[in-house]
Amino acid sequence: MQKTRRAFLCGSAAAASAALLPAPALAQAKARVVVLGGGFAGAACARELQRAELRAAVTLVEENPIFTACPFSNSVIAGLREMAAQRFGYDAVRAAGIAVLHDRALAVDPQRRLVSLSGGSALGYDRLVLAPGIDIRWGALSGYDEAAAEPMPHAWKAGEQTLLLRRQLEAMADGGTVVISAPANPFRCPPGPYERASLIAYYLKMKKPRSKLIVLDAKDSFSKQRLFQAAWQQLYTGLLEWVSLSNGGKVTSVDPATRTLVTDFASYKADVANVIPPQRAGHIAEIAGVADQTGWCPIDPVTFESRLQLGIHVIGDAAIAGAMPKSAFAANAQAKVCAAVVAALLRDETPSPPKLINTCYSLVAPDYGISIAGVYHPVNGQLADVEGAGGVSPADAPPDFRALEARYAEAWFRTITAESFG
Amino acid sequence: MSGSARSVATRPTASRAVTLLLPLVFSVAAAAAEPPAGASSCTGCHAASAKVDTPVPRILGRQPAEIVAVMQAFRSGERPSTVMGRIAKGFSEDEIRAIAVWLATQPAAER
Repeated sequence: MQKTRRAFLCGSAAAASAALLPAPALAQAKARVVVLGGGFAGAACARELQRAELRAAVTLVEENPIFTACPFSNSVIAGLREMAAQRFGYDAVRAAGIAVLHDRALAVDPQRRLVSLSGGSALGYDRLVLAPGIDIRWGALSGYDEAAAEPMPHAWKAGEQTLLLRRQLEAMADGGTVVISAPANPFRCPPGPYERASLIAYYLKMKKPRSKLIVLDAKDSFSKQRLFQAAWQQLYTGLLEWVSLSNGGKVTSVDPATRTLVTDFASYKADVANVIPPQRAGHIAEIAGVADQTGWCPIDPVTFESRLQLGIHVIGDAAIAGAMPKSAFAANAQAKVCAAVVAALLRDETPSPPKLINTCYSLVAPDYGISIAGVYHPVNGQLADVEGAGGVSPADAPPDFRALEARYAEAWFRTITAESFG
Repeated sequence: MSGSARSVATRPTASRAVTLLLPLVFSVAAAAAEPPAGASSCTGCHAASAKVDTPVPRILGRQPAEIVAVMQAFRSGERPSTVMGRIAKGFSEDEIRAIAVWLATQPAAER
């Protein structure tokens, strides 16, 4: 029945003639798209849809009236940046003609195509876009529950946690020990733990040079590893120690009461402990039935439609996007492709296979930036790297190249936030 | 790979038609033209918004020939870059041309 309605509405009519319809007919004719989650994926998708498909009524549901960005929050932790620079509102999203509801989705009924909100209302949809980001898997690391995030902040969702970790570092005496625990793949922002280690090391070097930073890792390799390690050797020798999985780095439990991190081989008592815990797709993904047993959401690489529920698209960190990392750039790029796909589907057109780009900067010091880039396309049902493209910054680059990439990193943040939030 | 290249190859013609119509139905054409493969990622770094302060050049509304020439120079390594060389290698000549034509139809400071 929806098909009939859509065929009548959209059919072969050109955008130009639809724009000539009288207002009431146009209002009736609008297809309904609901976007859950207002981060780099959700906000961008809503805005792009509004631009691409004038005949769709777009609703964005986001609990928080202010979005707090994760990229560059490591600079806030290290005291190099203020939190105000991380905050973005939804005024421009609203001004674009999108209905923004600061509410929480409690349930999704994929059969009736209905989203129930905590405020009591329900939203019907023709297409639903889920962009819920990540949730922490509380308890997946023994001892790390919600209460443990006070004495041992994760700071992996930007906001109060970011400021808490910063305050703990500021309160620590010179000569203290900071311990970071990095999780196994997959998790939000693959180079994030190592950028954080770099910038905390920078803070310690400047302010508390007798201190020590230990990174306990559940992995043997990580994003931009050679570049990070070369920079650490150059800038933070004797201050920063990385313990790999094979060297006993995997944290198996924590004790928040004593700020102790336990591995199979040793116990580390920290003055400041930053536990970056295992993660999964935001909870609504599980409720909607689009998350699989891994906790993440399998999708079609052309349409970003869930492999588990028709009519629901998943973008951003929550999606299993093959070779694409869980980054803000990737989330924003996926959002724009998904918007074009949804617009095409609402016109009963077949979406073409996309290509997507990711570019991701990390700072190892304020004037020392490194990057990784990739180009992706669908191959055998997965988003795969385009061979011969992408890769990391050159290993032998001179200081002015690193300084330029640090400048580009900051410009990228201004660009991607404007691209997402207006 | 060949699959996506083939479907993209049909687009430049359509986009060129849009370009010709540009003075007449600018906003409608811009809204209706679906970006070719890869094109919508560009503005993740090359700001679409006029208010963003950035050293990264803006590319919306530029002449297609200019974009094509620069992309080819990045791809061959003839033009030095930080990340663009790595990205340009991920696109065929046809794809670059389609992206360049689409970028030209996008209003420079609309967003």
